[in-house]
Amino acid sequence: MIRTYEEINEKIQSGDVAVFTAEEAIEMCKEQGHKKAYEQIDVVTCATFGMMCSSGAFFNFGHTDKRIRMSEITMNNVPASGGLAAVDTYLGATQGSSDRPMTYGGAHVIEDLLKGKKISLHAKSYGTDAYPRKEAVAEIGLEDMNQAYMYNPRNCYQNYSAATNTGDKTIHTYMGTLFPNSGNVNYSTSGELSPLLKDPSMRTIGIGTKIFLGGAQGYVSWQGTQSEKNVEQYDDGVNFSGGTIAVIGDLKKMSPRYIRAAVLKNYGVSIYVGIGIPIPVLDEDLFEDLVRTNDELYTNFIDYSTGGLKMPQLGKVSYAELRSGKVELNGKTVPTAPMSSLYMAREIAETLKTNIKENNFTINKPIKEIDMFGDFKPLKLKEVE
Amino acid sequence: MRTTKLRLLFPSDLTAKPVTYHLVKDFDLIYNIFQAHVNPGMKGELIIEVIGKEENIEKGIDFLVESGITVDVLTKSIAWDEESCIHCGACTSVCPSGALSLDENAKLTFDNSKCVVCELCIDACPSKVIEINFANKKK
Repeated sequence: MIRTYEEINEKIQSGDVAVFTAEEAIEMCKEQGHKKAYEQIDVVTCATFGMMCSSGAFFNFGHTDKRIRMSEITMNNVPASGGLAAVDTYLGATQGSSDRPMTYGGAHVIEDLLKGKKISLHAKSYGTDAYPRKEAVAEIGLEDMNQAYMYNPRNCYQNYSAATNTGDKTIHTYMGTLFPNSGNVNYSTSGELSPLLKDPSMRTIGIGTKIFLGGAQGYVSWQGTQSEKNVEQYDDGVNFSGGTIAVIGDLKKMSPRYIRAAVLKNYGVSIYVGIGIPIPVLDEDLFEDLVRTNDELYTNFIDYSTGGLKMPQLGKVSYAELRSGKVELNGKTVPTAPMSSLYMAREIAETLKTNIKENNFTINKPIKEIDMFGDFKPLKLKEVE
Repeated sequence: MRTTKLRLLFPSDLTAKPVTYHLVKDFDLIYNIFQAHVNPGMKGELIIEVIGKEENIEKGIDFLVESGITVDVLTKSIAWDEESCIHCGACTSVCPSGALSLDENAKLTFDNSKCVVCELCIDACPSKVIEINFANKKK
């Protein structure tokens, strides 16, 4: 028995579709066995809610009278790109503000806009014949803009290494506070609920795949930056990869519940992004990947103390061990803590399930097949004398 | 040894007197000044932290009260904005007492009775939903 996208969508439209979250599908396998569960499940919803630094949004502010070709732009004192056409910009989530760069940045501007607040726009220009205005100041909200859409070049990591610190000082990283001498381990994943981990070769995830993005319907737009294949191998020979996706969605339809600014000591600003992906249960091979459990899913320990290109790997660990709150590392028991929210990921997987059941969200085949994995080349620096 | 935070309100006739000197000399207390608004001849306010033996801190406070100074003992506590929390759990890795933990539903819980107010969670929280609360108690 195999299923097609068309059959599943027909079931969605007639209200007969069987949708379960990845965690529920795993439970069903435990209770009824894989074969019976496979026969009963059409779609599995997966989700994650983690910090995804490579995020941001495009805005079009509308033209002014006299017109301006904005070349220097700030939004609540956060610099945005002046490198697009007259009144377009891209605001990066991790861009710090000029007055408090480590505690207020692009992510906060995006969150403030989603909360319905007005932000201060300040733009400068050198003035041209057709765009004579040299300065523009405005207080604007999302509703005042022509377009506001999120475009994130790298989201939804398939597998992210757990972080520790073998150095002799506490360090503050984007993976949180890491105590010296491997005093703790932080990790960031929703594990058995994580979208790209459950479709490891990205068979159903490609350009045009419809997703839940920050509370709105969004799409996978491209291969994510640094999307890397076959990072490691499981003992049973299955590869696991560091795949990522680029995503796009209408910011005006998103919710501040699922897009949240984050501040990390000695790192700066980042952003929590909530993503849900429905995976159609096309065949039994895909189903076997979808119901892999936390004790069958692994990541590495990485030492963050060196700052080098190749961060030292200290061994392999299962997500079940990480979730338990303590792991064995170099012969000692070390506490673990997550950086991403499983609580919110579960809420997104549930919401997506409800949306599909109520025929408010259909699934679709990627519109173009491309290899969703790419190269991971280092930057070779010019030698400076 | 104990550490206690105090707010001292001086009436105008006492601002010129070296009361903190007596805390060191007579009661063997170490003090740190956090805030000071003191001008001779005017009302003054000092926020200090005193470190010493518990009985000496009590005696020192009694001395200040007897001198005519109003003393507020500032007790710190951790305030967690549960409504705004995203329940990531980043704070749980730095919490030494287990006051912050994730429950079986992956939801953050805070047990105030276990909290030692080390304040490590404040920096560790990426959503900035944990802060210090200064409650005060009149002496």
